[in-house]
Amino acid sequence: MQLGRVIGKVWASVKNPGLEGQRLLVVQPVRPDLTPHGKPLICTDSTGAGAGEIIYWVRGREASFPFLPGEVASDATIVGIVDEIHLGKKRGPSC
Amino acid sequence: MTLGRVVGTVVATRKDPRLEGHKLLLVKPVTPDGKEESGYLVAVDTVSAGFRELVITVSGSSARMAEGCKDKPVDCVIVGIVDAVSLDEAG
Repeated sequence: MQLGRVIGKVWASVKNPGLEGQRLLVVQPVRPDLTPHGKPLICTDSTGAGAGEIIYWVRGREASFPFLPGEVASDATIVGIVDEIHLGKKRGPSC
Repeated sequence: MTLGRVVGTVVATRKDPRLEGHKLLLVKPVTPDGKEESGYLVAVDTVSAGFRELVITVSGSSARMAEGCKDKPVDCVIVGIVDAVSLDEAG
């Protein structure tokens, strides 16, 4: 799983039936110090995450597991909203 | 999932029998702010996307979860046609 920040939304009215009703969010992967890292991607959401929130997301086949027994064709899903990050002894940046 | 723009079609007469009847499109990946990225994808279309449309693609084994692609040898599927993308200013 990786950390990311929600930076936007995607609207799509024509979707594969498995994706009906799913929210699609634009996520920028971030490092533990919350600096951007890599390319943004589109994620489905199983947590109700909102704009600007730090989240963690899962990639691959496992991304469809939160929606079981539904068959959702997703290769990236937000599975948690981060409250705090602790880096070593220091308290990390506030989320 | 990634965004992409449909830039062409792929025609293949000889292919795996399980791929028969599927429309194959050539997709150029784009970033959420609309810039084209390098490379191309050949993707199975499940939503009747058209030329120059912005679409959502799913890749890897999750692609087989899309309706109509169960147990088929595909690793990239178009699963949505994008109406709009909104990016936060701060993002």
